[in-house]
Amino acid sequence: MAADQQTWRRPTAFYNRTVKWLFYIGSVLFVGLLLSRTGVSPGRFWQGILFGIDLVGQMVPPTATETQFNRMMEMLGESVAMSMLATVLGVLISIPFGFLAAENLVPKPVYYLNRSIIMVSRSLHSLIVAIIFVKAFGLGVVAGVLTLSFKTIGYWSKLFAEDLEDIDRGQMEAIEATGGSRLHTIVYGVVPQVIPRAIGLTVYRWDINIRQSTIIGIVGAGGIGTVILAAFDKYQYQYASTILLAIVAVVMVGEAISAITRRRVE
Amino acid sequence: MLRTDNLQKTYESGDEALKGVSLSIEGSEIVSMIGPSGAGKSTFIRCINRLVEPTGGEVYLDETELRALGKRDLRKARRDIGMIFQEFNLVERLTVMENVLSGRLGYVSTWRAFRRNFPSEDIQRAYEILERVGLEDMENKRADELSGGQRQRVGIARAVIQQPKILLVDEPTSSLDPETSHKVLDLLTTVAKEDDIPVLINIHEVELALDYADRIVGLSDGELVWEGGTDELDEHARDIIYRGGESREGTGSAIEEEEAAEDRQEIDRQVPGGG
Amino acid sequence: MATGSLQEWQRYDRRTRIGRYLMILASLIILAISWVSLELDFGYLLSAPANLADLFVRMYPPDWGYTTTIVDPMIQTINIAIVGTIVAVIIAFPVAFLSAKNTTPNKATYVLGKFIISFSRSVNGIIWGLITVIMFGPGALAGMVAVGLRAIGFVAKLLGEEIEEIATGSVEGVRATGAGTFLVFLYGIFPQIKPALVGISIYRWDINVRISTVIGFVGAGGIGVHLFEAIETFAWRTVLLILIAILGVVIVSEALSAYLRAKVR
Ligand SMILES: Nc1ncnc2c1ncn2[C@@H]1O[C@H](COP(=O)(O)OP(=O)(O)O)[C@@H](O)[C@H]1O
Ligand SMILES: [Mg+2]
Repeated sequence: MAADQQTWRRPTAFYNRTVKWLFYIGSVLFVGLLLSRTGVSPGRFWQGILFGIDLVGQMVPPTATETQFNRMMEMLGESVAMSMLATVLGVLISIPFGFLAAENLVPKPVYYLNRSIIMVSRSLHSLIVAIIFVKAFGLGVVAGVLTLSFKTIGYWSKLFAEDLEDIDRGQMEAIEATGGSRLHTIVYGVVPQVIPRAIGLTVYRWDINIRQSTIIGIVGAGGIGTVILAAFDKYQYQYASTILLAIVAVVMVGEAISAITRRRVE
Repeated sequence: MLRTDNLQKTYESGDEALKGVSLSIEGSEIVSMIGPSGAGKSTFIRCINRLVEPTGGEVYLDETELRALGKRDLRKARRDIGMIFQEFNLVERLTVMENVLSGRLGYVSTWRAFRRNFPSEDIQRAYEILERVGLEDMENKRADELSGGQRQRVGIARAVIQQPKILLVDEPTSSLDPETSHKVLDLLTTVAKEDDIPVLINIHEVELALDYADRIVGLSDGELVWEGGTDELDEHARDIIYRGGESREGTGSAIEEEEAAEDRQEIDRQVPGGG
Repeated sequence: MATGSLQEWQRYDRRTRIGRYLMILASLIILAISWVSLELDFGYLLSAPANLADLFVRMYPPDWGYTTTIVDPMIQTINIAIVGTIVAVIIAFPVAFLSAKNTTPNKATYVLGKFIISFSRSVNGIIWGLITVIMFGPGALAGMVAVGLRAIGFVAKLLGEEIEEIATGSVEGVRATGAGTFLVFLYGIFPQIKPALVGISIYRWDINVRISTVIGFVGAGGIGVHLFEAIETFAWRTVLLILIAILGVVIVSEALSAYLRAKVR
C-alpha cells in the first residue's frame, strides 16, 4: 500500500536522475572549460575590476570644454536627425516587404523570399551593417541612415506581416464578395485594420533607431558614436562620461516620447 | 487551547477591523465564526498566527502569549497552528507532495528542504494523509493540475501534517461549488475529530456553519456580538449578527421589517441546494 | 438634449483631428530639418543599390578556405554570450528582488534596484565594450564582462516584473506553516519565478550572441575581431564567408532559444 512508503523523490524534468546530474556536472565543467580557454584568470579579473574603479575615478566629475560641448551637441543632433530620417525611409521600404511577407496575402515563394530578407536584416547587428555600408558609401551619415533603414526593415516588416496574418478575415471577405480585386481587398479590407498598429510600430522603431544612432558612429557611420570613440582613444575620460550621460538622456527622452505616443495611438 | 483577550486590529488605512475580541476554544470543538462580509473574520484568524500584526490585546496558545514572541519563537508557534485558506494558497508549480511536505518546513533543516530530502517519518505521514484526504496516487501531480476540491484537500493535508494544536480555517468553501463544499467540510471535520484537533472556521453561509459546528460565534463590525450552540441560533440571534440587532429593538416600521425580511431571504438564498 | 450631446461629440472629434494634423505637420517639419541638417545628397541615396550590388560582386564567391580559421573565434563568440549571460543572471537575481515592490526591503533598496537596472540598460553593449577593454585589456574577458553588464538590467527588469506578479497567497500559505524566511523564499517564491528565470536567461543569451558578433570591433574578442580585420584589408570574399557564418550561428541560436523557451512551462 502507498501509505507504507517511506521515500519520495520529486519527478524530474530530465529523462532520469542520472541524466539530470550528468547535465548539471557537464554544464559546470563546460563553463569552466570556456573560461580556461579564453585565458580568464581570477587574478586578471580582479586587476581589471581594480582598474575599473580607478577608471570611474578618472571619469568623474563629467566635464567638457566649450568646444567639446558644442561638438557633442552637434553630433547628438546628427544622431537624432539620422534616426528620424531612417525611420521614415525604413518604414517606406518596409511597407511592401511587410505585405509581401504576410503568409495569407501572397504566394508561398514570395513569402519565403521576403522572410529571408527580413531574417538577414534581423540577424546582422547594426554595427556589421554599418561597417559594410561605410565601405560602400564612405564615412558619414549616408551610411548611417541606410544602416538604420535596413535594420528597420527586419523589425518593422516582420511585426507588420505578423499583424497582417492576424487580421479579421471577415472584413476581407466582405470586400471580396462585392467583387473587388485583390488590390481593392487589401486597400479597403486590410489597411484600415492595421493602421494604428503600424503607427505604433513606427514610433517604437524610431525609439530603437535613436539608440542605434548613438553607436554606429563607432565604425564611422555618423552621429555621436564617432565622438565617444575619439574621447576614449584620447583618454579624455571626463569628456567620455559627459557624452555617456548625454546619450542616456537622449535615449530616455526618446523612450518617453515613444511610450506616450504609442499609448495615445493604441 | 486557544484564547484571545481583547484582540484588536486597526489597519494603517484607519479601518478598525477588530475592536477587542475575546474568545476561547478548547478541547476538540469545532467553532464556527459567522458574520457579514467585512465583519473582521479573516482579520481575526490572521491576527492569531500574526500573518497580520494585531494592534492590541493578547493571544494565548496553551500557556504561550504569541504577541510577545520574537521572530524565531513565532515561527515555532506557527508550526502548532494549521491554516487553511479560501483560495487554497498552494504553490501551484510544486507537486502535491511538495505542497503537503511544506507543512513540515518548520521542522527540517534548510539544506534538507532544499534537496526535498524530508525525514522518512514525514514522507510516510504525507502518504497516509494523502490517502485520508482521498488523494492517493496524486503525489506527483502538480497543484495546478488539480480541481478546486482537490486543491483544498491538499490544503487540508498541508495543515494536518503539521500536527497542529489547532486548525484555523478561513472561508474554506467560498471558491468551491455547493456539492464540493459539503465534501470538503465533511472531510475537514472528520479529520479534525479523528486527530482530536479543535477548529476555528470562518464561514459566511450560516446553514453550512449549522451543519458542521459544535458552537457558533457571531462577529459584527469587529465585535463579538453573539455566542452559543447551533440550536440557539434563532432569528433573533441572526438579527443581532447580520443586522446589528435593528429588528431586536422592535420599534422598526413596516418598511424596515420588510427590508429585514428581504435581507433574510438574501442570506437564506446562499444555502446550497436548499440546505 | 440629444443635439447638444451630438455637437459635443463633433467638437471633441474635431479637436482630436486637429491634434492629429498638428502631429503629422510637426513630424514633417522635424523630418525636413533632419534632411537639411544632414546635408544629404539625393543622388547619393539613389545610387545606393548600385554601390551595394558592386560590393556584393566583389564578395562573391565566399572564401571557403578561410573556414577553418574562423571556427575558433566563432566558438569564442558563443562562449562570450554564454558566460556573459551566466554572470548577468547571477548578479541580476538579487537586483530583481530589490527592484520588485513586493520583495524590496525598503524605499532606498527599491530605488537602488531601479537605478542599477536603468544604468545597465541605457548604456549600449558596444559602449560597455569600450569601457571593459580599457579595464581588462583586449580579449574575450572584456567581451564577457561587457555583454554581462548590459544584460544585468535586462534580466533584472523582466525578472522583477515577474516577481511583482507572484501569487502572494502561496507565499503566505508557506509562511503560515512556520517556515523560516529562506525556506519561504525557496518553497513559496522561487517555484513561481523559476520558469520566467529560465526563459529570460535563454532569451537574453540569444540576444547576447548577436552582440558578441560585433563586440570584437572594439577589441573585446569573438568573430568581430576577424570581421573587422577582413573589412579593413578589403578581403571581401573573407567578409562574405564570415557574414554567412554569423548568419548561421545567429539563426540557429534564435531557433534554439525559441525551442527551449517553449519547453519551459
Ligand atoms: N489589508 C487591509 N488593509 C486595510 N484594511 C483592511 C485590510 N484587510 C481588511 N481590511 C478591512 O478590515 C475590515 C475587515 O475585513 P475582513 O477581516 O476581511 O472581513 P471578513 O473576513 O469578515 O469579510 C474590512 O472593513 C476591510 O475593509
Ligand atoms: Mg474574509
